[in-house]
Amino acid sequence: MPVDTLIWLLPLPPLLAFFAIMLFTHRRNGLSHGLAIGAVTLSWLGSLVVFWRALQAQDLAEHPWGAQLNWIPTGNTWLQIGTQVDPLTVVTLFFVAWTILMIFIYSVGYHNYGQPRGALDRPGLPPQGAEIQDGHGHRHRVPSVEPMYARFFALISLFAFAMYLLVVSDNLLTLYIGWEVMGLCSYLLIGFWYARESARNAAVKAFLTTRVGDVFMLLGLAALYTLTGSLNYRAILGNPQILEVLATTASPIAGVSWAALIGLLLFAGTVGKSAQFPLHIWLPDAMEGPTPVSAMIHAATMVSAGVYLMIRFFPLLAAGWLPGQPLTLPMTAMAAIGAFTALFAATIGLVQRDIKRVLAYSTISQLGYMIAALGIGAYVAATFHLVTHAFFKALLFLASGSVIHGMEHGVYHSGEHLDAQDMLNMGGLRHKMPWTFWTFLAGGLSLAGFPLVTAGFWSKDEILASAFESNLLVFIVLGVAALLTAFYTMRQITLVFLGKPRSAAAAHAHESRPVMLVPLVVLAVFAMAAGWVGVPHYFPVLGGQLPNWFGAFVGSMLGHEGELGHAVFTPTPLMVSIVASLGGLFLGWWVYRTQQDRLQDVLARPLGGLYRLLEHKYYVDEFYQAVFIRPALWVAEVFFYRWLDLGLIDGILHGLARVGVAVGNLFREVIDRPVINGAGDALAEGTRDVGVRLRVLQPGRLQVYLLLALVAVILIGLAFFYYVGMV
Amino acid sequence: MTWLESHWLTVILFAPTAGALILLILPVRSEKSIRALAVGFSSISLVCTLLLWARFEAAPIMGGFRFVERAEWFGAIHAFYHLGIDGLSLPLVLLTTLLTPLALLASASIKANLKAYMVLFLLLETGMLGVFLALDLLLFFVFWEVGLVPMYFLISQWGGANRHYAALKFILYTMGGSLGLLLAIQVMGLSSGTFDLVELFQRWPALTHLSLPLGLPLGTVKAIAFWAFVIAFAIKVPVWPFHTWLPDAHTEAPTAGSMILAGVLLKLGGYGFIRLVLPLFPNEAQRFAPGLAVLAVAAIIFGALGALAQRDFKRLVAYSSINHMGFVVLGVAAAALAWRAADPQARLDANLALNGAVLQMFNHGLSAAGMFFLVGVIYDRAHTRDLQEFGGLYALLPVYGTVLIFTAMASLGLPGLGGFVSEFLVVRGAWPQLTLATALSMIGLFFTGAYILKALRLVLHGPLNPRWQGILKDMNGLELTVILPLIGLSLLTGLWPAWLIGMINQAVATLF
Repeated sequence: MPVDTLIWLLPLPPLLAFFAIMLFTHRRNGLSHGLAIGAVTLSWLGSLVVFWRALQAQDLAEHPWGAQLNWIPTGNTWLQIGTQVDPLTVVTLFFVAWTILMIFIYSVGYHNYGQPRGALDRPGLPPQGAEIQDGHGHRHRVPSVEPMYARFFALISLFAFAMYLLVVSDNLLTLYIGWEVMGLCSYLLIGFWYARESARNAAVKAFLTTRVGDVFMLLGLAALYTLTGSLNYRAILGNPQILEVLATTASPIAGVSWAALIGLLLFAGTVGKSAQFPLHIWLPDAMEGPTPVSAMIHAATMVSAGVYLMIRFFPLLAAGWLPGQPLTLPMTAMAAIGAFTALFAATIGLVQRDIKRVLAYSTISQLGYMIAALGIGAYVAATFHLVTHAFFKALLFLASGSVIHGMEHGVYHSGEHLDAQDMLNMGGLRHKMPWTFWTFLAGGLSLAGFPLVTAGFWSKDEILASAFESNLLVFIVLGVAALLTAFYTMRQITLVFLGKPRSAAAAHAHESRPVMLVPLVVLAVFAMAAGWVGVPHYFPVLGGQLPNWFGAFVGSMLGHEGELGHAVFTPTPLMVSIVASLGGLFLGWWVYRTQQDRLQDVLARPLGGLYRLLEHKYYVDEFYQAVFIRPALWVAEVFFYRWLDLGLIDGILHGLARVGVAVGNLFREVIDRPVINGAGDALAEGTRDVGVRLRVLQPGRLQVYLLLALVAVILIGLAFFYYVGMV
Repeated sequence: MTWLESHWLTVILFAPTAGALILLILPVRSEKSIRALAVGFSSISLVCTLLLWARFEAAPIMGGFRFVERAEWFGAIHAFYHLGIDGLSLPLVLLTTLLTPLALLASASIKANLKAYMVLFLLLETGMLGVFLALDLLLFFVFWEVGLVPMYFLISQWGGANRHYAALKFILYTMGGSLGLLLAIQVMGLSSGTFDLVELFQRWPALTHLSLPLGLPLGTVKAIAFWAFVIAFAIKVPVWPFHTWLPDAHTEAPTAGSMILAGVLLKLGGYGFIRLVLPLFPNEAQRFAPGLAVLAVAAIIFGALGALAQRDFKRLVAYSSINHMGFVVLGVAAAALAWRAADPQARLDANLALNGAVLQMFNHGLSAAGMFFLVGVIYDRAHTRDLQEFGGLYALLPVYGTVLIFTAMASLGLPGLGGFVSEFLVVRGAWPQLTLATALSMIGLFFTGAYILKALRLVLHGPLNPRWQGILKDMNGLELTVILPLIGLSLLTGLWPAWLIGMINQAVATLF
């Protein structure tokens, strides 16, 4: 198959699976997941073929693959859409295909395929477990199958379609379509257990928060299309003249260049989608969705889309910038927001008790790293971290889902009423769930940047090295964030897996099924090994031994080989990276090794008010509620609706109507009654009077009538002759 | 067959009237046959429209229009029975002929005076089609008014609790606009010596002196006529602040009436702007376009906020129409600004904006009719529209829930569905000329999301209100028949908009 055709076909199978499940197979669980997994397997296979061919291709950045077709007629021309595969697409496609496939397979186990239906299970609520009787007559509670099993696979297939579409697009418009369809899927999947109050609120929150960014992004699209006459990447980003014009023409706003303004508008979209401060609030709440959704949407793919957009549009964001020079306005914004978010989210992550929420904040924080890296011009490092993060974060989420499953198993056994996601209820799970433990450990160490053997180390180290070269403040902030990351990661591992069980449920936890464990192992391999493709050539001892394939391949996107910033080895960032990682890991273990209490974190008392501030996430939600949401509702309900529409406008109309009625009554009293009615009455009475008087002429006697007729004839005859005679 | 070939538009236009007459004359009593006759006759128009669509490209063009029919009507005042169709009107004719049979199918809950209801509905269809097809200003006005009366009775006889107030408000508001329209039409027709639109397009803008003894300078007369047109159409669209008839009329009308009101009647206003105001008053439109844009943005923002404020599901959907139609007006304003500009870039902008405006009318017709229908579906079962009383219905009504989410997303303008394409084109077309207005309209677009999700959240999601357990049944086959064409077209337009924009673009490109 020609590769151009193959690229078109990549997003298609999951879309077909979505429609097929929705329309036909939604009552058949096995068939539905078969369709969904079959579809993403096809896409995965296609992606690997594309990847394989791309490895052998020459100059893929200069001559990307793809094809266009006419989509919307615009005057005499067409707005075209199409596909494009260049090195950035290839690496994105690689991690997207792998993580999506693993998540799909894992979901079969997560949603308890093959288990009995629970008697209490209802659509819209998580399965509550079923009672079964074994051969000896003992009753057990076991996990029950998800009541909306088929729907889950339909929605997640649609999601996979949207992500593939976004990745293979060659233009901003189809990217935006994929972007928004993912937003919808995210809404539907966060609210998958819609009957829960918290889930429905989280779903709305996610959709609306990201929409804030999206409307800005739409303006960016309009502006870019207006100025360049195209939305195609190559026509805009591959054309230095256009970039130069954009970078030198002033926009109407505050004299910033059009390139900067459009860059900021697009960045607003990323701030929403990739959950950067101040629009980060939706992502932790999004953990209301089933765990595979958290892995897929909120770690591996959707939030990556925001970073992908920024990487893709880096030539525009950096238009007019050269390494070593002052940053452009969008780059400054990205460096500031990214670095701030990295630290800010890491601090909140320190005190979370829900196993998934820790990971959610770590996602926000790691996305901040990538944004900050792009802001300081570390293009390759940002892309590298995007890839490694997708693998280890998908792994961590899936492993945490496995932990939750194991805990729920324990809850069924012990009959306790406890939160199966609260890490303080866990402990000692490494014995019960060894596979989950080792894979989680791989992911956790990668997240913490454990030196040399993890992928996360290599990508994070590159970001730190670039930051050290270009901006010391960003470097310090990211360094502190790295320390905190290692700390909360080890806190999590310690609380969940080490020590002794803190609840009966934890003591009776059970390892998950192989269908869930195999994806964990596959992802763990990537979380460890993915870093070896990007070992910088200047790295002590190892550098040069392994070719820096990633740097050369992705770096070719910018038209020149290798890194943008640093080329020589400086020991400081490497030292910081290692010390932050190992130190954080050690501290995390050291502080939490003694945690016994199920109710209170050991740091809660020593940290006091600071702990509460972090626990409440700096009160950002409360702030938004008070400053934006409630006033907006008041303006809508009271000001616009009650006062303006019902009060003012309808008030004027009703006033007019009353005036009309009053004028009508006035006419009636002043003109109708006295004049017209009077005239009418007078007319009627006059006629009657005339009739009475004429009555004498109609006595009913024939002679009188004949006489009258004769008189009439004579009179008419006389008149006739008179007039004729006149003529 | 040859007669048909030269009278397509007459057949489309009067097939519903024929149905109405037959229903009146024949002693049809059974409910079933009344319904079948009405749906059948309105389907004749639909089938003919589809056939005409297939023949469209091949048909000869006369004065920019195809399938032209012209006969003398009031010879003494140069008024003609002149019909014609082009890429602007064809999508709206299709919308009308599609929505009417669907609306009739959606009238299953109407039992009282069924025959009168159907007769009025069919007459309404003729009135609406006439507006889209007329190429004579007087004929246009006649059909414009013909559409009003049946709708008045549909609201006042078959409407909700507050129907008399709503019906009166509807007809007085619209009549208020019509008065000026009629006067302006008289002035234009008499001073140009014809009511024929194709000729008026040439004569009226080029008119240099007024033959009527009005005692006013020509510029003033033109400005007055312009405003008379604008106000009449602005009320119909409706543009803020002429919108307050809409929530009442839409909410009180029976389900099918709301579908047609939102689906088609509002488009008469938008169509009037594009068909009449832009070509007849290009200079005035250009001058006042910024003002129109301000009102459009006001409609977009205030409509969305108004919708967000509602507790009544139907009223929420009604307000959403104000919000969505604002984009039509914004597109019109952008096109008016760049009308026949020398700069090809500006002409392209205007072209895009107008493509978007027409497509937005079509898409809104689909999504708004769909939403009103779905509100009707739930109201028929629950006998309430209060959003607070629902909750968690997705578990009881999985099919309804899925269809509602889809339709709501079409209404929200989700990329991949029709509404996005049109909104994107309007935003793109308006951005260069009306940058600030376009930027502000994004506030409305954000709140569109807010009110749509509010409705979904309160109806489908959350804990199930136990009151509905066992009472509510999922959608039946007839109801799915009504909604599926709307869903399908919305999806088709989102995925492959060229099927429709190609048509629109052709007509719009000749305007510029």
